[in-house]
Amino acid sequence: MRDPILSGYQLTRWFPGRTHPALDGVDVTVRPGTSLGIVGESGAGKSTLLRQLLGVDRPTSGEIRFAGQPLNRVRHREFRRQVQVVFQDPRSSLNPRMPVASIVAEPLRSLRIGTDRATRAERVAEVLTAVGLRPEDGRRYPHEFSGGQRQRIAIARALAPAPRILLADEPVSALDVSVRLQIIDLLRDLVDQLGLTLVLVSHDLAIVSQLCQEVLVMRHGRVVEHGPTTDVLTNPADEYTRALLAAIPQLPLDLLEEP
Amino acid sequence: MSTPLVEAVETIEAPDIPDRPRRGWRSPSFVVGAALLLAILALALVSLVWSPYGLDHTDPTARLAGPSGQHWAGTDRLGRDQFTQLMLGARTAVWIGLASVAVAFAIGVPLGLLAAAAGRFVENAVVGVIDIVIAFPTLLLAMLLVTVYGASTGVAISAIGIGVSAEVARLTRISASRVFTEDYVLAARTCGTGPLMILARHVLPNIWHTLLVQATLAFGIAVIAEASLSYLGLGTPPPAPSWGRMLQEAQSTVSVAPWNVLLPGLAVAVTVVGVNLLGDGLREILDPQLRQQRQAADR
Amino acid sequence: MTVLETTGLTITLDGQPLVRDVSFGLAARDRVGLIGESGSGKSLTALALLGLLPPGMRTSGRILIDGQDHLGAPDRQWRRVRGRTVSIVFQEPLTALDPLMPVGRQIAGPLRLHQGLNRSDAERRAIEWCDRVHLPDPARLVRALPHELSGGQRQRVALAMALACRPRVLIADEPTTALDVTVQAQILTLLDELIEETGVGLLFISHDLPVVAGLARHLLVMRNGRLVESGLVDDVLRRPRSDYARQLVASAARVTRLARPNVRGEDR
Repeated sequence: MRDPILSGYQLTRWFPGRTHPALDGVDVTVRPGTSLGIVGESGAGKSTLLRQLLGVDRPTSGEIRFAGQPLNRVRHREFRRQVQVVFQDPRSSLNPRMPVASIVAEPLRSLRIGTDRATRAERVAEVLTAVGLRPEDGRRYPHEFSGGQRQRIAIARALAPAPRILLADEPVSALDVSVRLQIIDLLRDLVDQLGLTLVLVSHDLAIVSQLCQEVLVMRHGRVVEHGPTTDVLTNPADEYTRALLAAIPQLPLDLLEEP
Repeated sequence: MSTPLVEAVETIEAPDIPDRPRRGWRSPSFVVGAALLLAILALALVSLVWSPYGLDHTDPTARLAGPSGQHWAGTDRLGRDQFTQLMLGARTAVWIGLASVAVAFAIGVPLGLLAAAAGRFVENAVVGVIDIVIAFPTLLLAMLLVTVYGASTGVAISAIGIGVSAEVARLTRISASRVFTEDYVLAARTCGTGPLMILARHVLPNIWHTLLVQATLAFGIAVIAEASLSYLGLGTPPPAPSWGRMLQEAQSTVSVAPWNVLLPGLAVAVTVVGVNLLGDGLREILDPQLRQQRQAADR
Repeated sequence: MTVLETTGLTITLDGQPLVRDVSFGLAARDRVGLIGESGSGKSLTALALLGLLPPGMRTSGRILIDGQDHLGAPDRQWRRVRGRTVSIVFQEPLTALDPLMPVGRQIAGPLRLHQGLNRSDAERRAIEWCDRVHLPDPARLVRALPHELSGGQRQRVALAMALACRPRVLIADEPTTALDVTVQAQILTLLDELIEETGVGLLFISHDLPVVAGLARHLLVMRNGRLVESGLVDDVLRRPRSDYARQLVASAARVTRLARPNVRGEDR
């Protein structure tokens, strides 16, 4: 098995004034080229865990490692370049006063990738096309796009610096149902084509089953179950995982057996 | 019960609201406010090249004269032409107003941004200072400075500027803090964007419209403060004309020449009303959500 | 007998139609699901049925409540039916509940208003209702403030409030969308139980087809302000007539299959 590219050891995070830790001794390992889903309900600590992996919040105790190195020994720019993120709500994650091309070019500019404007513009056009938008869309502003298209813009921004790891925090739960599957399909295609390592946080087991080989079920800041997605879904070992599965609203089963 | 309902409708059903002003220039408050201010500004600008009489001109034969063809706004007890005084006073008011607003923003905006961007410790410290300055009346601060440094235009500008800067800092901190909670700021951090660039590219563009409205209101506050200081004899020293001093000088002769009080008072009022209408109009134009609500309420 | 009926309901803002020509009826014991995405006009329709549209929106058509047209009726007339004939629960009970009033008194409020109960009778009834919506320790819980309850408990309170005056129609606008899945499942079970017990007619509004399908017998599908499909749930699921409904069913079916790998026909 390949060495982990991103991992957390005994991560614990206390927020001031709380009686319980948001993370309580969590171990997580992400191997290159794999996809990991982190599942749980509100308050499970899944977003806190993602923020640790993203390096925007520090654990109270425990350690994050990137390519075997503790995070504080990794060059900041290198880490940012390799680890990118897509947030839940593109209405909030895109600056309303910036044209799309500037939004997508932001990591290039800030990380000083691409020597000049022309190279950067070329890269922006490339990633916009990759997510199913047109290069001309770069001149428009976020509010001119639908929710699904805005999430495509956010994905384009994350892809722009050609990261190895893509983190996604509930990337479809702010979108309309009919658009969700399109974005899931897009994410899966991109992960396959670009050989990305994916860490996906979601409350929805169905979405995780679509995108992730491995799943980590969290509750109250702890990991209650961890394993290959198919195993966890077909044969959940933990009682909470079973409850979670049973609670998913489903269409009548007989309907699904039809071709 | 009505507020949550409206909120529910807005979050669920509201079509995307454009972020840029579209047809907002039709706002009546903006138009009226701008017209009033332009009138004052015109007085000040014209006075640079022309006024009915010179500043020092006195007409001993026509003391406390009523309005006439010779003296449009009458004269005071020294026989000075009141319209000339009014025009030159407008110049002082506009100059001190603008300069104080500049001082207030030069201090307030960076302070507010610092408080919003820095950690809790710095923020609390800055908020404490802001609260103290806000609690301290601007006029009192000005009187304090004048007693130490003597009355001069510079002292008046600094005093008013510092007084107003606290409010500017408070507003900057609050609006910037709101922007800092947006995911696009977090996204910028994960893109490797540094703190200064985050301020320049993400925070300022999303708060400038609020600050612009604040600037117009601050201008009004500064004009009143300047008039008050001059009225108390603590503002621009004579012979520079000022509406506040015109008021003060006309006070003793108010029973004989009431128009001498009326005119400078009216000038201050017009400026302040104009500024507030303009600020209101700007807010309406720049805040699309408010604009929609007003339009809905009108119907 | 039809309690609530709307014909040709159209809602416009700025001359732009947001809801166009919507017609349907609801009797006691009916279970109707209204499905649509954000911006489809489904929540506006719900608000219109209670005379709660925000100012500035214009309506035309008819809204019959017990045979009487209420469209454009004065607020006084609406207040007589709200809570008594037609009730509503919203997505986020926190905004629908008064943050400073104990929940027991909030449930008791409509009872005193519509049924003229005195304070102690109304409070006793509130405790009974807390018990019926399976809130733990009702006698103590009625004294709690909304923020002291969990999201699921708040939605139970909202349901008790909505049903306390025995309305004949309950409109539930995305009542479980803000909740976790396990809590959502509990609230759906409770809702099923309550409408069975009370015989209230249900209009369940949601964007989530599997949620609606589990509770409703009749399905209305809205898109861009229009009703594009109407029929029995089973018929719509098996033989959707509009493209949009077909698309909704297909994606819901796919999601259901994904969550149940053991019944998944195809491999991904």
